[in-house]
Amino acid sequence: MQILKLLFKNSFRHKLRTSLTVFGITIAILAFGLLRTVVSAWYAGVESSSASRLVTRNSISIIFFLPLSYKEKIRQIPGVKDVSYATWFGGVYISEKNFIPNFAVDVKTVFDLWPEFVLSEDQKNAFIRDRKSCVAGRKIAQKYGWKIGDTITLKGTIFPGNWDFVLRGIYKGKYKSSDETQLFFHWDYLNESLKKTATNRADHVGWFTVNVTNPDLASDVAAAIDKTFKNSLAETITETEKAFQMGFVSMTEAIVIAVRIVSFVVIVIIMAVMANTMAMTARERIGEYAIMKTLGFGGWHIAGLIFGESLIISFIGCALGIAATYPAANAFGDAMSTYFPIFNVQRETIYMDIAATFIVGIVAAVFPAWRAVKVSIADGLRRIG
Amino acid sequence: METKTAIVQIKNLFKSYKRGNQIIPVLQDITLDIADNEFMALMGPSGSGKSTLLNLIAGIDKVDSGSVSIEGIDITSLSETGLAKWRSSHIGFIFQFYNLIPVLTAFENAELPLLLTGLSRKERKEHVEMALQIVNLSDRMKHYPSQLSGGQQQRVAIARAFVTDPAILVADEPTGDLDRASAKEILDLMERLVHELGKTIIMVTHDPRAAEKAHIIRHLDKGILNANTQTSL
Ligand SMILES: Nc1ncnc2c1ncn2[C@@H]1O[C@H](COP(=O)(O)OP(=O)(O)O)[C@@H](O)[C@H]1O
Ligand SMILES: [Mg+2]
Repeated sequence: MQILKLLFKNSFRHKLRTSLTVFGITIAILAFGLLRTVVSAWYAGVESSSASRLVTRNSISIIFFLPLSYKEKIRQIPGVKDVSYATWFGGVYISEKNFIPNFAVDVKTVFDLWPEFVLSEDQKNAFIRDRKSCVAGRKIAQKYGWKIGDTITLKGTIFPGNWDFVLRGIYKGKYKSSDETQLFFHWDYLNESLKKTATNRADHVGWFTVNVTNPDLASDVAAAIDKTFKNSLAETITETEKAFQMGFVSMTEAIVIAVRIVSFVVIVIIMAVMANTMAMTARERIGEYAIMKTLGFGGWHIAGLIFGESLIISFIGCALGIAATYPAANAFGDAMSTYFPIFNVQRETIYMDIAATFIVGIVAAVFPAWRAVKVSIADGLRRIG
Repeated sequence: METKTAIVQIKNLFKSYKRGNQIIPVLQDITLDIADNEFMALMGPSGSGKSTLLNLIAGIDKVDSGSVSIEGIDITSLSETGLAKWRSSHIGFIFQFYNLIPVLTAFENAELPLLLTGLSRKERKEHVEMALQIVNLSDRMKHYPSQLSGGQQQRVAIARAFVTDPAILVADEPTGDLDRASAKEILDLMERLVHELGKTIIMVTHDPRAAEKAHIIRHLDKGILNANTQTSL
């Protein structure tokens, strides 16, 4: 126990040096945590997407539509459970910088296909009844202070004009990873308008979402769907929602890889800083370690003191860094909610923080400990005075 | 003069150091017996090998050849760990610069060697308090080295040296860094350890006043122990 006391006293011997090192580790762990969270936020869409849902889109490009009539044909393909459809509306709320993902959807099926969006029966019925209504995610409603019954006006970018929707429901995400920032309204409402203004776009949808009876057969079903529309006016590409989302993410993969590399570089840098601190410390104490050896303390005691001190300093920094990561991630997530609808610190990130800290603490102490253990007592004593 | 049993028996000891590819002989064919309960002073010019000899007796350096037997044990045959264990119970060290651990109090410094024993916390406390009482520092137990004078620090170091009750204490210029009054206190204290606690002390010194306290003075010159033995009792 007394040895532990010595360990702690040693750790805070050079208050300034220890504080600066602890501060460095705190910042490194914070940076590491935020960078990892950015990476996971990047993949949040992929993570939360389902392997049992397929997305069928126009084979030329997502910006080309598909005829609504495909719905019945898809439904008849074996292995298909439900079919829903949606069109990316791209409306702007008040100003361009308020990005809200908004879709015209099939109100009757949307909540069947996306069970992770939880809406009360009352609100769901109210939404279905009111043709000019919409449903929004909890986060976005909170952000703009929307309440049930409010009228929300979106300015169309793809479909011109101001569009008014009455908020009839606020959905909650079933999981932490569920996106609570989206807004849905009636595809029928959009379609009626298009019938008057842009007849060639009427009765067309952006994509179909298909629920399969057995996820293991998802690729067979996808192939069957695409085969059905082969050589028709609008050929299709069907893939799992995950692959579909991944398609978006992979366009930016290089950035993600860069962020990931930087997060590890941060750890390597702090490892060098920590190693320097420990090398300085152990060099100064060579004489003291020699005294302890003289008294009969063995190499393991000395190594234990150095490793222990390194780990104490590292883990104090780590604890502070983790404590700072949550508020920092919240603030960052709020400020960046437009780009990262999901910005949660993952538990794995915390585990990685701890693992990285452990490695830093050990690696930083290896060389100083080895030297302190190896130096002969006679040599160590000669360094005193 | 009564004959006492030799507690330290050194036979044909040789020691050299390597510096680069050059071999520097430091001790040459030293043969020396030190009787139990003796207070011996080792004198000689700087660089003559006094500290080296002391370190070899204390088991913190390795001989080239020859034997060093302490209380009947040939310590040159012990392994590194065996030596460490042996030191912790058989030898006490007193250094010129006290060499206390600055972050530990007087009490904790004196307690340090006891951490390697199986003593309970309570037993350790009793031993340390007793040792600090002998060196007359009962009222300074909670002081840190920086809060103590040089003489007081050296007394803590002496308490640390005999707290495990070793038979032999080695001291390398213990008064070398002290003023005359403090030096006298330290020497008186060492004398008491010999007379009252039955310790054997081997002390390297430059100070004739320190040597005067010793029963025997041996001179080392260029690694050779002078034959003539001066007894000043
Ligand atoms: N670890 C060592 N490596 C090389 N030379 C050493 C070492 N220790 C002592 N010496 C040399 O051995 C000689 C005796 O040293 P030392 O025993 O310290 O002398 P003293 O204590 O009598 O002044 C000196 O020449 C010194 O330089
Ligand atoms: Mg010397």
